[in-house]
Amino acid sequence: MSGEIRHEWPLFEVFVRAKRGLNHVHVGSLRAADHEMALHHARDLYTRRNEGVSIWVVRSDQIAATDPAEKPAFFEPSGDKVYRHPTHYTIPDSVPHI
Amino acid sequence: MTDADTFTQTIERDQRVEPADWMPEGYRRTMIRQIAQHAHSEIIGMQPEGEWITRAPTLRRKAILLAKVQDEAGHGLYLYSAAETLGADRGDLTRRLIEGRQKYSSIFNYPTRSFADVGVIGWLVDGAAICNQVPLCRSSYGPYARAMIRICKEESFHQRQGYELLMTMMRGTPAQRDMVQDAVNRWWWPSLMMFGPPDADSPNTAQSMAWKIKRHTNDELRQRFVDMTVPQAEALGVTLPDPALRWNAEREHYDFGRPDWDELRRVISGDGPLNRQRIARRREADEDGAWVREAAAAHAAKRSGVPA
Repeated sequence: MSGEIRHEWPLFEVFVRAKRGLNHVHVGSLRAADHEMALHHARDLYTRRNEGVSIWVVRSDQIAATDPAEKPAFFEPSGDKVYRHPTHYTIPDSVPHI
Repeated sequence: MTDADTFTQTIERDQRVEPADWMPEGYRRTMIRQIAQHAHSEIIGMQPEGEWITRAPTLRRKAILLAKVQDEAGHGLYLYSAAETLGADRGDLTRRLIEGRQKYSSIFNYPTRSFADVGVIGWLVDGAAICNQVPLCRSSYGPYARAMIRICKEESFHQRQGYELLMTMMRGTPAQRDMVQDAVNRWWWPSLMMFGPPDADSPNTAQSMAWKIKRHTNDELRQRFVDMTVPQAEALGVTLPDPALRWNAEREHYDFGRPDWDELRRVISGDGPLNRQRIARRREADEDGAWVREAAAAHAAKRSGVPA
């Protein structure tokens, strides 16, 4: 804990829902002093032309992410499970609606 | 496969490099420099037109210009956001700009003498920027490419409002038409210089093309801009100030004169008409805003119960 004021505001990631029925999608980041300011800045920065109906902001240092270097080990287990896909199963053409 | 192989393969397959991926130091450095210069250009670019907000001739033109200058600020912030994904720090980049250690586009060092300049900047300067930026939407660095897509959508408004403004002035008095021609005369050559030095003098181009940071050379983009702009000038009823400008049926492109590359070098190295004023204004804005940033941080710390 230091007595001096930090001049740099923390970084926030911004997620915008473009319209009802869609997920929030990551659009970029911004600097703000707190969550409330981050929401206002996000509105001014990322929705100047009605691009959104809802915004989430989250501090960048609060996000946990997978490590790209470990991508193979992390994602490969699903690679050989072809039986999880519908195309794995052969059904005669004569059977309707399946 | 080594990290370097993965990177090379990503580029070769025309896939995007993403923030946490391994990348060569040179790629990271080049990317930070290019994105930062681009961000600085947007921020400094608020000044030449910003000067006309209080003097816009109608409320409609004032609202348009205000929205446009606000967009430039937004573009700067999208780009600083992209630069931060590479480990750069926004505050540090601003310091580098203010201290003259990083550059911005030479075009913003020219003065805006009349309201016609606002129109010509929209038409020519933003037109040239669009030529430069559309291919950057496919740049190999993901966050940069995504910022460019957003920016390009908004630039189209910038160019069209400028052209419409000029059409309105061209329907006006002879004095208004003269203002438009005068602004075109002053901005045409600096606009051509926006694409950078000729390919033969652009040492970084080859590496940037290999990394797919850049998709076309400076001269290719300059030619594309000239070809696009000549018919627009004809439709507007202005003359582009280049006696060498003519259609070349064999090449199927317009031939045009040689920009004054010495002037470009002078302006880039800090000796343009308004370099000092532009940086001084940016420094002033940074200093004037310091207490607001500090107060907001202190307020946030007080409310969260954690000292700043």
